[in-house]
Amino acid sequence: MTSGAKRNRLHKWLIGGPPLAYLLVFFAAPVLIMVLASFRFPGEFGGLSPVFLEDETGTHLDLTTESYGRFFSDFLYTELFIKSFTYAAVTTIVCLVIAYPLAMLIARSPKKHRDLLVLLVILPFWSNFLIRVYAWMIILGPQSVFVRALNYFIGLFGVEPVSLLYTPFAVIVGLVYVHLPFMVLPLYANLEKHDPALLDAAQDLGANAWWRFWRVTFPLSLPGVYAGAALVFIPALGIFAIPDILGGTEGIMIGNVIKQQFLDTRDWPFGSVLSMVLTVMAIGIAGLAAFVGRRQRT
Amino acid sequence: MNRRSPWLWTAGFLAYVFLYAPLAIVVVYSFNDSRLNAEWVGFTFSWYEKLFHNEKMLRAAWNSLVIGLVTSAASTVLGTMAGYAMYRFRSRLLPVLVLAPIAIPEILMGVSLLIFFVLLNISLGMISIILSHIAFCVGFVAIVVRSRLAGMDESLTEAARDLGATPWRAFRLVTLPLIMPGVVAGALMAFTLSIDDFVITFFTAGVGSTTLPLQIYTMVKVSVTPEINAVSTLLMLLTLALIMIASRLSPGALRAD
Repeated sequence: MTSGAKRNRLHKWLIGGPPLAYLLVFFAAPVLIMVLASFRFPGEFGGLSPVFLEDETGTHLDLTTESYGRFFSDFLYTELFIKSFTYAAVTTIVCLVIAYPLAMLIARSPKKHRDLLVLLVILPFWSNFLIRVYAWMIILGPQSVFVRALNYFIGLFGVEPVSLLYTPFAVIVGLVYVHLPFMVLPLYANLEKHDPALLDAAQDLGANAWWRFWRVTFPLSLPGVYAGAALVFIPALGIFAIPDILGGTEGIMIGNVIKQQFLDTRDWPFGSVLSMVLTVMAIGIAGLAAFVGRRQRT
Repeated sequence: MNRRSPWLWTAGFLAYVFLYAPLAIVVVYSFNDSRLNAEWVGFTFSWYEKLFHNEKMLRAAWNSLVIGLVTSAASTVLGTMAGYAMYRFRSRLLPVLVLAPIAIPEILMGVSLLIFFVLLNISLGMISIILSHIAFCVGFVAIVVRSRLAGMDESLTEAARDLGATPWRAFRLVTLPLIMPGVVAGALMAFTLSIDDFVITFFTAGVGSTTLPLQIYTMVKVSVTPEINAVSTLLMLLTLALIMIASRLSPGALRAD
């Protein structure tokens, strides 16, 4: 090895080493410990029992798949995952429906306005997450002007007043609101690149606005749709604060049960099992989005 | 040809209303002279006054500020190093470790750090919160710095090296000043992310280390008072200011995620 290459190596480790070491200790190690924790027995007073068990035959590893067995034998938890999956899927679709025209409007605006319009989409995302959820607690609450007006209106048709807060509906609204920018940005990044000449050509060939959208714009935008769907779906799946604040008992999701296992029941192995299933689902969805996106391009 | 039909205008406009109306409502109610978030009764500053006499709230704000500043400083240094290393050297592991904390659901990072700290007997408090915040902020800084480096003219650093500068001198006197707007933008982003974080803080906080978001959460869960509107408005103003500065310094930085 030449001395130049050697020095280059040294620089690589000097500069890349500290952040690498930090993330190995405070990100990779905790995640691996959680994987291991999912195979351990719960401790007598919560937490975890020791990894090594000492008895007359000596010291041996004390691991189990009991928590996984519990997960797969009790349909309650599978049901909960299906429910969370459904909430995340509905959220993704609603986000797509709201985000698409917005992204299209920005992409077709004059160049000098686009950055400002994008910034206006991002700004709410940077305000505190809890505040954004709390805002919907006001809007959907029983005292809110909006809900009372709605109930007055449907009352004219003889419909019983509805309450919106602490329902699955409120959870979906909160999920959509918090994740909307994640859908708008990849869609916009994709739509911005479309060549307007394609639409002109389609129009010259006699396609009306509806056909131009379904045959030209939408198929071309699919990579953006997949990227946005993954960016909305994955975080929405694991959320616990939105169901916690807006959902009541009916609207709980998998994140609430994970939180409960770690902080209230203190059954860490089972909490870790639930987290592992969530991780596998998140990785699966991300992989699927990447795979479909790549196939689309070729 | 103008492709923006009235339909598109309407749908886009409604989407902006959807994004901003809820936040506007919180701001408006923070000035409402009523305990209920219902009718407009009259204008008042009293919720803000109450806020500045609320010991718990002030304590939480102080904690958030300390955590935010330390996190921002540490993750800016580590994130700049990571961004530089990712740009300059080929590495497989580093980009994965930098991006994974941003990509996985936050709750997973929260619970895994909780197990980690308890097993290592690190007591949950300010220190554990700061260590956790740094772990997810490094990636954001790294992305901004790397995109700034990618837009830099490589020949400037090479010229400095040809003129006899050591790599460190070339970095300090040429590269660093050029990427400085990206570094500062990254620092502001890290501060904002830290101040705003709820989920990871929720799992890694202990007694006496309540941050502003945790305090807001307790108030939302236990008793909703218009003081939440007031503290939310102030927090929004702070975030808005920081993000505006960051986006001025490094256009496109905020799109990094």
